[in-house]
Amino acid sequence: MSWTRNVLRVNLTEGTCTPEPLNMEWATKYLGQRGLATKYLVEETDPNVDPLSPENLFIMATGPLTGTMASTGGRYSVITKSPLTGAIACSNSGGFIGNEFKNAGWDMIIFEGKSPTPVYLYIENDLTELRAADDLWGKSAWEADEMLHEKHQDPNLKIAVVGRPAEEGCLYSAVINDLHRAAGRSGVGTVMASKNLKAVAVRGTKGVKGINDPKAFFEAVNDGKQVLAENAVTGEGLPAYGTQVLMNVINGVGGLPARNMRDVGFEGAENISGEAMHEPRASDGKPNLTTNGACFGCTIACGRISTVDKTHFSVKDKPQYHGASGGLEYEAAWSLGADTGVDDIDALTYVNFVCNEDGLDPISFGCTVAAAMELFEDGKMTTEDTDGIELRFGSAEALVASIEAVAAGTHFGKILGLGSKRMCEKYGAPELSMSVKGQEFPAYDPRGIQGIGLAYATSNRGACHLRGYTIASEILGIPVKTEQTESDGKPELVKAFQDATALVDSAGICVFTTFAWGMENIAPQIDAACEGDWSVDKCLEAGERIWNMERQYNNAAGFTSDDDTLPKRLLKEAIKSGPTKGQVNRLGEMLPIYYEVRGWTPDGVPTAETLERLSLA
Amino acid sequence: MDKPKIKMHLELFASLMRLLPPGTSRHKREIKVPQGTSVQDVIDEYNIPLELAHIVLVNGVFVCEDRSAHILEADDVLSIWPPVAGG
Repeated sequence: MSWTRNVLRVNLTEGTCTPEPLNMEWATKYLGQRGLATKYLVEETDPNVDPLSPENLFIMATGPLTGTMASTGGRYSVITKSPLTGAIACSNSGGFIGNEFKNAGWDMIIFEGKSPTPVYLYIENDLTELRAADDLWGKSAWEADEMLHEKHQDPNLKIAVVGRPAEEGCLYSAVINDLHRAAGRSGVGTVMASKNLKAVAVRGTKGVKGINDPKAFFEAVNDGKQVLAENAVTGEGLPAYGTQVLMNVINGVGGLPARNMRDVGFEGAENISGEAMHEPRASDGKPNLTTNGACFGCTIACGRISTVDKTHFSVKDKPQYHGASGGLEYEAAWSLGADTGVDDIDALTYVNFVCNEDGLDPISFGCTVAAAMELFEDGKMTTEDTDGIELRFGSAEALVASIEAVAAGTHFGKILGLGSKRMCEKYGAPELSMSVKGQEFPAYDPRGIQGIGLAYATSNRGACHLRGYTIASEILGIPVKTEQTESDGKPELVKAFQDATALVDSAGICVFTTFAWGMENIAPQIDAACEGDWSVDKCLEAGERIWNMERQYNNAAGFTSDDDTLPKRLLKEAIKSGPTKGQVNRLGEMLPIYYEVRGWTPDGVPTAETLERLSLA
Repeated sequence: MDKPKIKMHLELFASLMRLLPPGTSRHKREIKVPQGTSVQDVIDEYNIPLELAHIVLVNGVFVCEDRSAHILEADDVLSIWPPVAGG
């Protein structure tokens, strides 16, 4: 069912659920999920809307390949205006709920307004109802998930839910689905909670139908799966070691930031690496990693399912954390570990569990703790602020206390809930926030890896590796190796990655397929599933169109080229040691070329010619 | 006469760890190689399939060009990964 052609519009203020037809004219230009839902947001909201006001929209959207037999075809995204950044937000999640939306017959659900009391949306195919959630309010995401499953007596019910910090306004709250998958970034969970919407519970049994050319689709999908299976990364590396295999790689090449990006290179990296997750521990002889796991329809299975050492201080009196749950992915292991200077893998795994349990973005949380640690060590923050926590780099106890503070909404938890930008401004040291447009950095240092710095600076949702993962080329040699400390050619590389990713994020499949798939593998699957022309060129054009649409939204929301920048630390403070010693990010060289390559003015505004070319005029 | 030997370190990661001799602590082992040994010589010595020697670093710097021409020196750290990715 490429598109179901059905949108569910939920007016939370009025308490109504109203079906409407999908705008097919837009679908043929913006495909689905990220692109199509952003088009709805752009058309229906003022870019200057307060993200936490009833006037903001909150959209859950699938892509045309979601729910089909395409490998990884289970993705969905949350699209809204971010309270963390004030920019466009689009957070993508796997698990199983995307498929369930599609099987219930909905391409997307648009929430508008604000409910006067806590509610959840219940969907069972055509049955769509807002129901009271007073009993769920104040519960963690895991508790609410369990209560909803019990209430409906349906183990197949799929649930997306926010935790307690979202209700309290923590600005990097995630929407958790299937217990440990997350639409994680940009505070999309905070928007959901601001509407008094605690959860969405969905069951779909309509099945998959409506593929435009079933025979061609079957062939294209099978070809794609074969490519994934035979590729060393997607067929072997990711299932065995997950994304965490990168910890030693990035540390080895001089690209791993540490201690709030004060340093590059972390001496404890190997203790928190993908390889370390396989090592048996002393207490019970079991490794941190229990097994790998897959989202709906995925033939890669990169997910980590882990346990914490039951004797570890973080969980020894908390049996509820003794079972296996979503384990460390690379970005989380970096932010919770290297960036805070903590190399205790059990502490990191526990903190990651709590991020899932209570719906927090571990990247922004870890980076905010790292910034607070620097504020603390600089004497700008004291134990009066931290509720007595000795917040020093390398302290696993401080890290654990910090996540529990945010989850419980304590005085210090609320300070951390501001995110690093607002918190560092509050303590008079805005330069210590390692963020772009207010969103914290992922796990690659832009001094040691030039292109990713440009990708961070120009990302439409603030610092993010998933908007243009140039690491694939600059470090991993996919599809071709480029020199990591070279800035020449990076503007073109960043644009190519950004446009292709925008298309993939709009299709309903996982961006990790692109470690093996090129657009020549993806386009035939979309083209067979959907009506219209989805050739390679048209797919790339749609990706570029989506990127420019997001840029126009941000520009209209008040962002300028001044916001396409990096923290001073990354532009001025050279790396002190290691293979990338002496490097700073050369954004000033790359940015003007990037604007030119994009067909934008020197001020970062798409020209009339570019808008015309992309049918955005 | 045998060439004098130098001490260096070999690091094999991810699925390549199984190629390290038993008793190796994690992924790193000190090895002795004759002077004049190249990166490719070590790859051959440890039976690392060519297609699996994907990321090859000496002291953290990529060796992308001719690995036979890159001669190792004392205390060098040679690190090798198979094709991997994440994010």
